[in-house]
Amino acid sequence: MWKVLVAALAVVAGASVSSAVPAVAQETKVPVKGGTLVVALEPEPSRLYLSSQTAVIVQSQIYENLVTLSKDYKPLPRLAESWEISADGKTITFHLRKGVKWHDGKPFTSADVAFSILELNKKFHSRGLSNFGTVEAIDTPDENTAVFRLSAPSLAIWSAFGADNATIVPKHLWEGKDPFTNEWINKPIGTGPFVFKEWVRGDHITLERNPDYWDAGKPYLDRVLFRVIPDAGARAAGLETGQVHYVPVTPVPLSDVERLKKLPNIDIVTDGFGTFAPMYFFDFNLENPIFKDIRVRQAFAHAINKQALADVAWYGFAKPATTPVPSDQKQFHANDTQQYAYDPAKAERLLDEAGYKRGKDGVRFKVTHLPVAYGEDFRRSAEFIRQQLKRVGIELEIVNYDLAGWLRTVFAERKFDTMTAYYAANADPQIGVHRRFWSKTFNRASWTNASGYQNPEIDKLIEASHVEGDPKKRAELIREVQRVAQRDLPSITLLEVSLFGVKVKKLHGLDPNPDGLYGSYGSAWLEK
Amino acid sequence: MSVSGVALPDARVLRYLGVRVLQVIPTILAIVVLNFFFLRLAPGDLAEVIAGEAGSASPEYMAILRQQFGLDQSIWVQFTKYLTELAQLNLGYSFRNSLPVLDLIVSRAPNTALLMLSSLLIAVVLGVLFGAISAQWRGKWPDGVISALSTVGFATPLFWVGLMLIVLFSVELRWLPAGGMQDLEHSYTGFAHMLDVARHMVLPVFSLAFFYIAIYTRLTRSAMLEVQELDFVRTARAKGLNPLPVTLRHVLRNALLPIVTMTGLQLGALLSGSVVIETVFAWPGMGRLAFDAVFQRDINLLLGVLFFSSFLVIVSNLVTDLVYALLDPRIDIR
Repeated sequence: MWKVLVAALAVVAGASVSSAVPAVAQETKVPVKGGTLVVALEPEPSRLYLSSQTAVIVQSQIYENLVTLSKDYKPLPRLAESWEISADGKTITFHLRKGVKWHDGKPFTSADVAFSILELNKKFHSRGLSNFGTVEAIDTPDENTAVFRLSAPSLAIWSAFGADNATIVPKHLWEGKDPFTNEWINKPIGTGPFVFKEWVRGDHITLERNPDYWDAGKPYLDRVLFRVIPDAGARAAGLETGQVHYVPVTPVPLSDVERLKKLPNIDIVTDGFGTFAPMYFFDFNLENPIFKDIRVRQAFAHAINKQALADVAWYGFAKPATTPVPSDQKQFHANDTQQYAYDPAKAERLLDEAGYKRGKDGVRFKVTHLPVAYGEDFRRSAEFIRQQLKRVGIELEIVNYDLAGWLRTVFAERKFDTMTAYYAANADPQIGVHRRFWSKTFNRASWTNASGYQNPEIDKLIEASHVEGDPKKRAELIREVQRVAQRDLPSITLLEVSLFGVKVKKLHGLDPNPDGLYGSYGSAWLEK
Repeated sequence: MSVSGVALPDARVLRYLGVRVLQVIPTILAIVVLNFFFLRLAPGDLAEVIAGEAGSASPEYMAILRQQFGLDQSIWVQFTKYLTELAQLNLGYSFRNSLPVLDLIVSRAPNTALLMLSSLLIAVVLGVLFGAISAQWRGKWPDGVISALSTVGFATPLFWVGLMLIVLFSVELRWLPAGGMQDLEHSYTGFAHMLDVARHMVLPVFSLAFFYIAIYTRLTRSAMLEVQELDFVRTARAKGLNPLPVTLRHVLRNALLPIVTMTGLQLGALLSGSVVIETVFAWPGMGRLAFDAVFQRDINLLLGVLFFSSFLVIVSNLVTDLVYALLDPRIDIR
């Protein structure tokens, strides 16, 4: 029904634009000052800190971090102007930007940094412990110096300073308060290019230009307006009519992208998702005796045609993955791991050898499958996998839940045989990838080791990589983790999914760096 | 004694109201208890949702969340706490939104009321008009056209109507905004603001009304046809009254009772809103608030919305009863 509708929408809407005059392309573009940027969001943030992806998109305009990431995952100055690391890797000294003021006029100091990292991000952020578990203390010898004291060297910490992991908030508004009920969680005071103005729940969030921003001349925009538009068809209509300039995440259904791409005023945004790098995978519940036999797991891997899965179920917005680490993270990615080419005949042979012969009805065995409740794309993909496995005699029974139900059933109750999901790989495998294979993250918390894989060999490698201070040695440990994971195959890493946004052509200056989705709109501008 | 035509409430009406209010208390209590326990049957809790949205979690983190939200206590402790707060008219706190439940409801309820009342009003007026025309010319072409249209209106999914209106009036013709409640790029005030909101209301109100008009048309038509057969109508015609006054004063007035029943029922559903229309038109109403709360396992918020709505249903039922008595002298209030 929905697809028919989208198609109908496409026909009518397509007709409307074909008559439009294409905009004259400008060769050299000089940023224009002024204007209101309208950004569509869905789902609406629940609050503007310690919340969801869309909340981070908003809060990144108001709050800032010590550093951001460059294209090649190196730190770039933001609130910190420079930094040095001690020889033993256990002390990091940040020299903070001088003269930065909070939106309420109070000066920003090293005390804010120490408080934000230790008292808020480490304690209350969902990744707090994995990011800052090694930070024992932060000394503040003067207002512009923050010295991080680590219990062990941590290279992963550099990937944690960006984005939402290490938001710096004003100590004077947060100290001594329960962060979840602090009123400032809904009307943030930050140091960033835009100042929070109002939030009408269910409708919009308005930010205004910060005239006292430390980066003189920026931001270019007068206002940023985040509009909550829950319906994908309405978001597409908003982009087409120019009422919406930018939809950063999950803008439209994959099936609608081809049509939007053809519109003269629309761009598809594919930059800025590097640190998210969602890796789509198929997990076996290893507590099920069927999956204890590695030949069965290998058979699954040989039976699934990754390329077809990417092209058909994901409309080309994905490519086959070869290891759990994204191929773009060349510093960590291993290219010599065991691979399982699409080979249904081999899959059948492996299943026969494992003792699971086809029954009279052609079925070898039947297992449940729980696709993550992230919507249509994931259900379609699971359906595709079901059909492929059916060819080799495996019957998948797909069971759908909503997100809370899925998390409870898969992780807390472990009532599943197989599941598919994607996890963000993050800028460092320590944060995003190792949780799938480490025995210490087999702990029933959400988004952890769902297969229940436990192997002292991989544990040792993972734990060594967490405290290795030499980048070269550490990268080799991380590559070895991938080799073991591909050999033991507790989980089949299927695809590297490409996230994308949609913007109008007259919007320029979005952050193209790996965590650009969470980038500031300080350099963004709208053509007149 | 009847209250027909008498606007002032007399002692009997007051006593009637008193009894009804007393009857309401156990009803509300039952609703509260059922809601509280039924909502907990859904798998997963708020801590899972928040960890789910964050995309990562550790057991320590989830324990902190559950402790913050009071989810680590036994269900009886939670229930007692909830009842105690409710007795003080405190609807509790939405930990997901970091706001009191009442604030969230108060900010959204008027938007839904505006949307629903407008479409209900349009639907009743047009529906009764079409129904009356249809009944008057039964079997003739106006009846045929109206019946066909109302069948279409009844059968068409709301979201489809909404999206098609957007495609036509926003994308194609560019006459009306595609969604939202106000033009955020120009902050209008005063009369200009009202006009702006009205412009934003046109599409959602008519999408909703499209469905309701169909209901009222069919109701009015069948009720009028029934009344037309009755003896007093034949008498009125026989004594030579003009057809129009007969239709308006005798048939229509007597056919209004089922319409009132329907409207009363819909008034009850009013603040729970139309999830579909609010979603398609990005209208910041209660329907979406409740809908989101379900998926987010924001039990405090959902309990608040349900409590608020059930209270409204009860009040609107009361009002409906009183309107019956006004319309039909034979109905007595006891």
